[in-house]
Amino acid sequence: MPLRQALSKLTLPVFMVASFGLMLLGKADALLAERARMAVADALAPLYAALAEPLSVVHRGIEGARHLATLHEENARLREENDRLRRWQAVALALDAENTTLKAQLRWIPDPAPSFLTARVVADAGGVYARAVLLSLGPNHSVARGQIALDDRGLVGRVTELGARSARVLLLTDMNSRVPVTLENSRGRAILAGTNGARPRLMYWAEGIQPAEGERVVTSAEANTFPPGLPVGVVRYSAGNVPEVVPFARLDRLEVVRLFDYGLKGVLPPEAGIARQPERRR
Amino acid sequence: MDDRTPGIRPRPTIGRRLDAMARRAFPLAMTVALVLVTAAPFRLPGQAELQNAAALACVWFWSVYRPLSMPPPAVFLVGLLADLLDFAPPGVGVVSLLVAHAAAVRWRRVLTRQGFLLGWLGFVALAAALAALQWLLTSLLTLRLVPVGPALFQAMLAAGLYPALAVLLARAHRTVAEPANA
Repeated sequence: MPLRQALSKLTLPVFMVASFGLMLLGKADALLAERARMAVADALAPLYAALAEPLSVVHRGIEGARHLATLHEENARLREENDRLRRWQAVALALDAENTTLKAQLRWIPDPAPSFLTARVVADAGGVYARAVLLSLGPNHSVARGQIALDDRGLVGRVTELGARSARVLLLTDMNSRVPVTLENSRGRAILAGTNGARPRLMYWAEGIQPAEGERVVTSAEANTFPPGLPVGVVRYSAGNVPEVVPFARLDRLEVVRLFDYGLKGVLPPEAGIARQPERRR
Repeated sequence: MDDRTPGIRPRPTIGRRLDAMARRAFPLAMTVALVLVTAAPFRLPGQAELQNAAALACVWFWSVYRPLSMPPPAVFLVGLLADLLDFAPPGVGVVSLLVAHAAAVRWRRVLTRQGFLLGWLGFVALAAALAALQWLLTSLLTLRLVPVGPALFQAMLAAGLYPALAVLLARAHRTVAEPANA
């Protein structure tokens, strides 16, 4: 059957062309690609969430065994740290009381307490060239794009893609992540740019200020994407004398994150506006 | 295919046909399963690279030794699934797996006749070329130069993973994936 043979010879070129077409389609219609991805993620999220439980038990077991070896030094270090923190706690309580009285005298309008929900990290959603995690959510969740994810220590990232029962959070270490930050001591503004490495880089700080080694970095309210003052990390200079930030959040071992709704609509990820009208901004 | 080889063979009952069908579907099913498993939250360092390497090794092996069970549509499907799971630009994984399939089918007469070492060397060269291709395509599609490190790591991981995986796959090739055993 020559026709059949010819057709079977054609399959590979046809699929090759189709895959290039797919590439173009993914580039031209980012929304379609995102929908397809989130459909797959939605289908798999419950499965991975079920898997995550036993796996995290195993992880904790391994971690525990590792800690057993360094128990003694760890204990001494913690005792010392505890003493230091107790002193800081006294200072913090005194400052908090003072702050309250001062705010009362100034008729300070307090920031509204943000609502949040807690979600389990079920999988890495970064692939080879990105840094992101997948969260498993309940079917009727109220999560929106642009909401801010924090773990128990600091900023994790922002919700960029949303499915029916899963959400993707772009970590602040991702190449495409840009976070407006404030250097806590000098109050200088800067942009924290991810590099796909463990430490994002500080960029565009104002002239006349130099990020200091060990300085705390918090989010800035500029561009109306983040509330001011969320803890981000500490400045460290790399070997090449580039100021980088060591994040407070433990981004390599995220298990549970809190998603905060600050109601900020400053700069949303590209496809965020599509719920209302089919516009395709880039 | 079976009709071309003469001999006495058991009557093709429904059970036996289903068995043969399952055996023909085994390569695709196990490749898809492996892609799904390597996307599970094990929190291994470099798990995304591992997923790409595993998919590549499977597609290569089955394309060399049992191309009828790993036709281009199946390769396309595996690539698409990997791309969607990876949140990679769609099509990058598909193209590289199809290239691997094409190379395997083109060279399989040579590769199956030679020993394992040559097959492995061919795979190593291919893995390096495909990692470079993926790096290039990702850079083009995201319009920025992505780091080279992960591509290098992925190629080395694929090279190291293949012998271990090939032992298991070769066993499956002779047993569960063999329609003649049905």
